[in-house]
Amino acid sequence: MMPDLARYAGTVLGAYAVTLALIALIVAVSWERAARVRRRLAEVEARVGGRRGDGQAGT
Amino acid sequence: MSLWRYSNPAEFMRLTTPALPVLWALTGLLLGGGLAWGFFLTPDDYQQGATVKILFIHVPAALMAINAWLMMLVASLVWFIRRHHVSALAARAAAPVGATMTLIALATGAIWGQPMWGTWWAWDPRLTSFFVLFLFYLGYIALWEAVDEPDKAADLTAIVCLVGSVFALLSRYAVFFWSQGLHQGPSLSLDARENVSDVFWWPLVVCMAGFVLLFVSLVLVRTRTEIRLRRLRALEALEARG
Repeated sequence: MMPDLARYAGTVLGAYAVTLALIALIVAVSWERAARVRRRLAEVEARVGGRRGDGQAGT
Repeated sequence: MSLWRYSNPAEFMRLTTPALPVLWALTGLLLGGGLAWGFFLTPDDYQQGATVKILFIHVPAALMAINAWLMMLVASLVWFIRRHHVSALAARAAAPVGATMTLIALATGAIWGQPMWGTWWAWDPRLTSFFVLFLFYLGYIALWEAVDEPDKAADLTAIVCLVGSVFALLSRYAVFFWSQGLHQGPSLSLDARENVSDVFWWPLVVCMAGFVLLFVSLVLVRTRTEIRLRRLRALEALEARG
């Protein structure tokens, strides 16, 4: 049930829309970049054999 | 168990792998639940009407905008003192999240201000210090991108972080000592007479917890990406050398 926002409907819905859009954007960008870097690292590790580690696993 | 073991990239990756799904689940639960509670189940305010519902996004975003910078300050100090790369990478990872929170606080504040104050913007102490904080976030992110040598970039951005901390603190405390602005004083207080009504307070607490968890989850994801990127560059350099 949608609350009665009366004459402030545009204000309240606008504020929530901006917030949810910005949150969705930062989450999507962060996840996409994480997946891209993980994929590239897996490719390079497969090529060099992953023998020379500097301590951190690529996973 | 020493706190410094987390500064080992392998240990950091090992510990955060099982933690992340739990953190994301809690983030969804608290953020979704808190926002739904605030939006659908709270009454109008006697003065502000339905615009009081903006409280549940504006206040947690502003809280995280300031605290993200303070987290970056702590991480930068750890980098300066102990030279742990994970702390520098965590500070770098937090900056875009903090900038997003600052932008949310500025945008929702402007949208809220228009019907309440009759203007989208005023050069009020708190608004101005928040705007300068946003510019510091952009400058900090740009500096990381502009400097090729990672340790030098970490040093320079740590200095920017130290300077910007003045504005992070100013944006929090400006209303206390600089009282000529439009922005109201703090709505949240340990004194029950000064605090917002319970009907707004409890959903706000849930929303604040949700925003904190969102920040932590995003920073962990982004820090793990920075660690992987560092290893990727090291391996690519190794490969290039043959």
